[in-house]
Amino acid sequence: MDMFEDAPGNTPEYTVSELSGAVRRAIEGEFGHVRVRGEVGRVMVARTGHMYFDLKDQRDVIACVSWKGQVSKFRHRPEEGMEVIATGRMTTFGPQSKYQLNVESVEPAGAGALMAMLEKRKKMLEAEGLFAAERKTPLPYLPEVIGVVTSPTGAVIRDILHRLRDRFPRKVLIWPVAVQGEACARQVAAAIEGFNRLSPGGAVPRPDLLIVARGGGSIEDLWGFNEEIVARAAAASEIPLISAVGHETDTTLIDYVSDRRAPTPTAAAEIAVPVRLELLTWLDGQGARLSRALTSGITQRGQRLRDLSRALPRPDSLLDRPRQRLDVASDRLPAALTRTVQARRVALSEAAGRLHPSTLRGMVSGRRDRFALWQGRLSPALLRAVSDKRNALDRRADRLSVTPIRREIAQGRRDLDQLAQRFEAAAQRQVSGWADRLAGLDRLRETLGHKATLARGYAVVHSDAGLVTSKAAAEAATGLEIEFADGRMKIGGAAPKKAAKPKPPEQGSLF
Amino acid sequence: MSNKPVAEMSFEEAMAELERTVGALERGDVALEDSIKLYERGAELKKRCDAKLREAEEKVAAITTDKDGNPTGTTPVEGL
Repeated sequence: MDMFEDAPGNTPEYTVSELSGAVRRAIEGEFGHVRVRGEVGRVMVARTGHMYFDLKDQRDVIACVSWKGQVSKFRHRPEEGMEVIATGRMTTFGPQSKYQLNVESVEPAGAGALMAMLEKRKKMLEAEGLFAAERKTPLPYLPEVIGVVTSPTGAVIRDILHRLRDRFPRKVLIWPVAVQGEACARQVAAAIEGFNRLSPGGAVPRPDLLIVARGGGSIEDLWGFNEEIVARAAAASEIPLISAVGHETDTTLIDYVSDRRAPTPTAAAEIAVPVRLELLTWLDGQGARLSRALTSGITQRGQRLRDLSRALPRPDSLLDRPRQRLDVASDRLPAALTRTVQARRVALSEAAGRLHPSTLRGMVSGRRDRFALWQGRLSPALLRAVSDKRNALDRRADRLSVTPIRREIAQGRRDLDQLAQRFEAAAQRQVSGWADRLAGLDRLRETLGHKATLARGYAVVHSDAGLVTSKAAAEAATGLEIEFADGRMKIGGAAPKKAAKPKPPEQGSLF
Repeated sequence: MSNKPVAEMSFEEAMAELERTVGALERGDVALEDSIKLYERGAELKKRCDAKLREAEEKVAAITTDKDGNPTGTTPVEGL
């Protein structure tokens, strides 16, 4: 009974699932359709395609979930940090005791929030350099095939085709896409990439120019062209790309990255191709100028030729004077030749007359005489020269004699002897002086030393302890030794007094 | 003067070359023989441009795609 003690009397009892179901019904009933404004928090798309995200304000958080089918219908995908108004119904998730908002659509909270988001994207892409002028490719002057990414129905493609037809009919490939709504951005990006993937010369011809076009609309309608994937696809396009989205006043993100922005689809067609008729007229003009230039070139040359040929003299008249000179010259030629030969002959005979053997002989004998004369003078001259040289040598040899040198040597020798004698005398004097001093010093030494005293009859007494100079020391000593002039004599240690006895008279005299 | 064969030139290239050729011929400072060559080249370029201008045929087709968005071919579009 204790177990049920606290049970309230008539409160119904639920199972967990019952209560959870009741809560769900209450919440779904109360909040079957709500619009809630908040900032998007973390966004997560599961593999199943369901999207989970948070909506929050300063204080609270509501968990949000959108099923795959709902997500695909979103006009705007929630992004973290975006201020949105979410529409849906509240529900619960029993297994986790959790309530959540099932979101059917997400709208940016006003144009301000949308523009703020766009601005953020623009800054990011600009920072990556996608808007840089050097990225822009020039458009072909006359494209062969034009690819148009737009809706296959509607005014836009019609306008483009009309204008192309007016100016220069071309091959046009339309890649049909949704130009608004959830699928728009994805399809447009895929179309740009698809056109770029076509290989030149393939079954489907690769365009050499792309136009991405859409008519005017609200900012929400044009929003697909503000999506990052579209901008990136356009920036990556190798085929030159013209963007023509909305009216002249609308600028979307794709306009910043395209190679050329056209204010309208019609304008895009005008940018795409030149006017054929104008070109034909121009070409005719060029053709005419070409012919005219050639013709006038030839005409001018013809005129010049005629002018020059008029100024040219007759060939015959050019030869008249030279011909006359020839006549004169040929008249004078034979006579001149004869005269020349005669003159040379005279000169020859004159020279031959002078040329005779006697003349040569005379020259030879003359030379011989002169030679003999020179020969006679040659020998005495040589002898004279030799004797001159010999005299000069003798004169010089006389002056060259050994006598003075001998004199100098004898003198030197005498000086040397004298010096040697003086040196010897001085040295001997010095040596005998030193010997005398040495002998004196030795004598002094002898007199000062005790040996001399010993010779005079004195004696010195030694003991083991050294010199004995007193009676007391002699008595204390164990043995004595007396030193005389001619040697030492031991006195036995047993009778020291006896040994000392013979000395006292001498020692006494000493004291 | 470009050495590219005229038959390989784009319209724009042929156009620019034609203008240069006409200009050179009009200046008249080329030898007679060269001026005839220039004329012949000019005529060839003009023919090329003319052919490109005559090729002005409109042909409109739409890309068909499979369900993954990959192009499968084209289908003619008429009446636009």
